[in-house]
Amino acid sequence: MSQPLQEPHKPPFWTIARRDAAAGYLFIAPQLTGTILFVLIPLGLVFYYSLHEWNVLANTFTFVGDANYQLLLRDPNLPQVLWASAVFSAGLVVLNMSLALLLAVLLDQKLKGIVVFRTLFFSPVVVSLVAWTIVWSFLLQVNGGINGLLSMIGIEGPNWLRHPSTAMISVVVVQVFKNVGLNMILFLAALQGVPKELYEAARVDGAPAFKQFRRITLPMISPTILLTSIITIVGSLQVFAQIAILTKGGPGVSTTVLVYYLYQQAFQFNFFGYGSTLSILLFLIVAVLTFIQWQMRKRIVFYEN
Amino acid sequence: MTNMSNLKASAALAGILLPLAFGGVAWAQDAVNLRMTTWSANEAHMAVFNGIAEEFKKTHPNVTVTFEPLPFDNYTTTLTTQIAGGNAPDLAWIFETSALDFVSSGALVPLTERFNAVEGYNLADVTESATALWRRDGELFAYPFSTSPFAMFANTDLITAAGAKTPSELIAAGEWTWDNALASAKAVADAGKDGIIIRDFNYQNWQNLTAFFRGWGADSWSTDGKACGFNTPEMVEAMTVFHNAVFKDGSLPGPGENVDFFTGDAAMTVTQISRASLLPKEDPFNWELVPLPAGPVGTYSVVGQAGVGALASGKNVDTAVEFLAFFTNAENSAKLASFFPPARASLLNTDTLAATNPLLSAEQIENVVINGISTGHVVAGHTNYAQIQQTVRAGLDALWVADADVAAVLDNVCTSVSPLLMR
Repeated sequence: MSQPLQEPHKPPFWTIARRDAAAGYLFIAPQLTGTILFVLIPLGLVFYYSLHEWNVLANTFTFVGDANYQLLLRDPNLPQVLWASAVFSAGLVVLNMSLALLLAVLLDQKLKGIVVFRTLFFSPVVVSLVAWTIVWSFLLQVNGGINGLLSMIGIEGPNWLRHPSTAMISVVVVQVFKNVGLNMILFLAALQGVPKELYEAARVDGAPAFKQFRRITLPMISPTILLTSIITIVGSLQVFAQIAILTKGGPGVSTTVLVYYLYQQAFQFNFFGYGSTLSILLFLIVAVLTFIQWQMRKRIVFYEN
Repeated sequence: MTNMSNLKASAALAGILLPLAFGGVAWAQDAVNLRMTTWSANEAHMAVFNGIAEEFKKTHPNVTVTFEPLPFDNYTTTLTTQIAGGNAPDLAWIFETSALDFVSSGALVPLTERFNAVEGYNLADVTESATALWRRDGELFAYPFSTSPFAMFANTDLITAAGAKTPSELIAAGEWTWDNALASAKAVADAGKDGIIIRDFNYQNWQNLTAFFRGWGADSWSTDGKACGFNTPEMVEAMTVFHNAVFKDGSLPGPGENVDFFTGDAAMTVTQISRASLLPKEDPFNWELVPLPAGPVGTYSVVGQAGVGALASGKNVDTAVEFLAFFTNAENSAKLASFFPPARASLLNTDTLAATNPLLSAEQIENVVINGISTGHVVAGHTNYAQIQQTVRAGLDALWVADADVAAVLDNVCTSVSPLLMR
């Protein structure tokens, strides 16, 4: 009687490599699910809607091809809206980044009670944006708190939110005070990571404080500067609540930024198709700006080759 | 336990549970939750609405009606967003300015036949003029539950203290004109309080200025909606008076000033009688309610109108229409008349309105409400109203500075808005 043939050895399915891969996929699954559900699918839907005309009241949904994109090219309001967005972003980025860095340098000192100051400057970040903006809308009224303070020193303040020359700067300043604490904390963390030996060596060589800041501090915290600049620019392009509460896009259209304009088109005027097209434009602008900043990292970030 | 006993036990359990389950399904199907959006969260208004809903429940025990107040400023935007998101309410209040959009789009359920089928409803009692805005091709799409004339509330304590003439004194002397009203307001403003507030205008909702500029014979656009009216000589004159009142005399609070008549800080306010509910009960002041002052065209009246309709995209259309018929029948219209002047001819009399408006005297009801409704014209609306409103708002912003060139600004408004009116 012959011996039965021995079955060839099958490698086990549940290998260490497979187990590690499964663990990895499980770890990213919640975030991936969120990204698919709340980013990728809405993005696809927005593109789909941008090819349609959707009349909510009449309950009609008609394919119009690239008509909304053609409209985008000849929309007479769009240049002003893009200009307002650019002015807001530029103002916010310059003011926020420079003030945050200044505060971080000042608060990176070994002084008594420094933690209290750090907490004070960071506290607006955790306040509700809408509540913060509503309080500022009262402060900035013509008979509000800011002008009350100015009148105490004999200055008659302007009608901040109603004058074309002051409305945009008011919105920017409200946003700067709201979020400067976040960038400040990031800069503070970066500053505290700079090796102290570098400063000691520079002092031995007789380098003045400003030169130390320019030649040591800035290069060493350049990755954080890149990160905060990306966050701030992208955030500045998404400003909405402040405009809706403080100025409603006025006076005229001087503070009508792109997000507010697309809200008006989609939700106030019921042009959901065109509103979707504007949000595709916003997406492209954010993507291009982020790409440019990311490419610039090789020049401005010290650690990058 | 044997297989047989298992089977018996299961059958017994199923015998108990299945009828309960089907009973449950039947109950769930019958239960109807109606949602109605409003722009008032006022407790007194809500008490009347909820009272009507409870009455309806007596004959329809499976129906629960919830009134959902939405913010006044973004009311129509929020409503259309709910519709777009597949969460349309069953019934909704609609502004007169948005009436054309809602009525012409098919968003609302036709009502004429259904209302006529309700015993004792008597649709013929609802005046033709009140329903004009809410009909298309003879079919009624929303019920005008409020036809409310703009009027003037005055704080006579403040006016008297400032040494000025009260509206009733001016009326008695035959001098109740905008010039004299603004003069009294200026006296109060000079004394440290505020003058006249055009309520809800706030230098954004310019349509509320209709109650002012119609006194000069001006209007936002022509009757057919095609021609811009902002640069007509009448409008330029009216806006010049308004501009001077704000920036030269200070008889009207300026842009960015946050003042409320009902807190007792201003001489007068132009608003509708439904706002009488805001008059303070603690620390009250002496007040009176009078018709709008006469303008250069003489006496005039402007009416704000609100309709309520059943949305075609609602989940319970038939029940919604049934409730709407109940909400607006003669009996409930009389209850609503305590805040919202009725469209029913049978109710538009001093006796009915005096019974439901204890705050107002018979004279005020006759002079302000009844005369106002019978002679008033509704605030102008238009298709694509939200875009037109926004365009005019942006244009008029240039007017709200001290050194504005009124005629030039109004010309620019027409340049911007005319293409939209022609659509």
